[in-house]
Amino acid sequence: MTSLTGPVVVDHSLTGRSRLGDRLFGGVARGAGLVVIALVTLIAVFLMSQALPALARNKVNFLTSTAWNVDGTPLQFGIANLLWVTVLSSAIAMVIAVPFGVGVALFITQYAPRWLSRPAATLVDLLAAVPSIVYGLWGLQVLGPHMHGVQTVLQQLFGWFPLFKSAAIDAGSTILTVAVVLSIMVLPIVTALSREVFDQTPTSHKDAALALGATRWEMIRTAVLPFGKPGVISASMLGLGRALGETVAVMIILSTLADGATWSWSMFNGGETFASKIANNAAEFDSPQKAGAFLAAGLVLFLLTFVVNAIARIVIERRKAFSE
Amino acid sequence: MSAIGAASASNLGTVLPGPGFGAGSGFGHRSRGRALRNQLARVVMWAAFGIAMLPLAWILWSVVSKGGDMLLGSQWWTNSQRGITNRVVGGGAVHAIQGTVIQGLVTALIAVPIGVMTAIYLVEYGRGRLAKTVSFMVDILTGIPSIVAALFIYAVWVTAFGFQRVAFAVCLALVLLMIPVVVRSTEEMLKLVPNELREASLALGVPKWKTVVRIVLPTAFSGIITGVLLGMARVMGETAPLLILGPYTKNIATNLFGGLMPTLPTMINQDRTEVLQPALDRVWGAAATLILLILLLNVAGRLIAYFGRPKG
Repeated sequence: MTSLTGPVVVDHSLTGRSRLGDRLFGGVARGAGLVVIALVTLIAVFLMSQALPALARNKVNFLTSTAWNVDGTPLQFGIANLLWVTVLSSAIAMVIAVPFGVGVALFITQYAPRWLSRPAATLVDLLAAVPSIVYGLWGLQVLGPHMHGVQTVLQQLFGWFPLFKSAAIDAGSTILTVAVVLSIMVLPIVTALSREVFDQTPTSHKDAALALGATRWEMIRTAVLPFGKPGVISASMLGLGRALGETVAVMIILSTLADGATWSWSMFNGGETFASKIANNAAEFDSPQKAGAFLAAGLVLFLLTFVVNAIARIVIERRKAFSE
Repeated sequence: MSAIGAASASNLGTVLPGPGFGAGSGFGHRSRGRALRNQLARVVMWAAFGIAMLPLAWILWSVVSKGGDMLLGSQWWTNSQRGITNRVVGGGAVHAIQGTVIQGLVTALIAVPIGVMTAIYLVEYGRGRLAKTVSFMVDILTGIPSIVAALFIYAVWVTAFGFQRVAFAVCLALVLLMIPVVVRSTEEMLKLVPNELREASLALGVPKWKTVVRIVLPTAFSGIITGVLLGMARVMGETAPLLILGPYTKNIATNLFGGLMPTLPTMINQDRTEVLQPALDRVWGAAATLILLILLLNVAGRLIAYFGRPKG
């Protein structure tokens, strides 16, 4: 290794010969990166180019209308319902999943005995491996019937509040049931990233807290949680992105409403999310003319998840900037 | 990583209850309230983990108890659903298994080169703005809902090009979902390769590309395979692209570019609203088969990761 410190003799014939291979390989690698950029750009461009003509022919306000009439003329479609159901179900899912996810991540990194910590992490990861159609099937046929009691209690306690008003929907097919299933689906996402940042808490921070006489919990509160906060926010955002875009589980569980159903804020109502609306009407995709309205809904979903994921990315980037 | 963190945490934990820690320190007296809260937090964390395990156990139990029996019959692995109606018991899932495996393999065939090369670019070559943009786009691609990927391929394949809905279009949609998984896992593995290896190789006058191909990639190989298997596990369980691009059929079909190709998710979707028991049994049987397939890929991936991780 001492020879490294001596003057480096560059064999020009060697580098000259290798430059072509290097340029080729580097070019291909760069090209692959460009393909990724091109794909995301193309997704946005294509969705827009096909959604905009439909939006132009749309006769009602796209954002505030609840009408959905894409077969006949005039073309009418609005996403108010879809937006509300999408946001509500995802929000409830996050309210459940984030505390649990953080708790499980703390368990794995701070509390679990050494032999349990790795298997526990693997088990939680397995939740992410269950296909969403199985979640849907399970949510509708197994979990759904058990949701009846929960919903009755909630209605009796908080029924005066519009979110908890009763709606004439079978308990197994409500927004709340969907939210519970979604929370299980995003739990591994929230846990995985939180776990990672909790693990990175500098030992000096933890030791300092413990040396000052902090209990384990106080150490977590004063050292681990503040350090991991951006990671938890970021993890929640990624989970939210997943919940917003989940398709098949929602489609299977949530009962759709008849056209022109009265507006309800209730979480015991049925409805459709962006994704489930598109999936429910997959049969209509035999003709591109009808697909325009659904592509418009897909475009909104794309933008929603884009923003959420970008926020997640920015939060974690800023943490990196601070911790280095 | 996690093992180290947990180890250091548990070491600290054994130090913690030692006598004389509380008095006179910055956190004040070790009052009963603080000890109680500490215990409470411990209980809450254990409970959080316990409750999180409930749905996993419950789902697996439901699938096994409702669909496990189907998997035991040999018919399930040799027959298709051709000519089987919802009142008839029997028939197999071989047509759907075939379709799912074929689509997974074709998807991997397209996504792995792009994903691995992108990761190589990010780790070995990428500097500055372009690399940042690529990395950002990979994150965006990670977050794209599968239904949006399917809509995009529909907009290109059917609306713009005027092609039919075929299995290959499904694969293209799945490629979009698999690329980010492969990129991220490969990236992680390439970063684990010790820099000394690269430096040693370059110092010997080996060109950079050869260093990457002959030194870096082989060292990270098992990790990359793990990423590929996990990526395949993800895309084989996807249903949304199949709903839009790959309608179901009961017959065996292996043509990627013409006709319909059945898959396990669409087989579940086809009969999920059935009330007759024979059809329902097959729905859960297909669900059990799909989970089994995906679990196998996951376990294989994790085993390879465990036994083949770079020792450096």
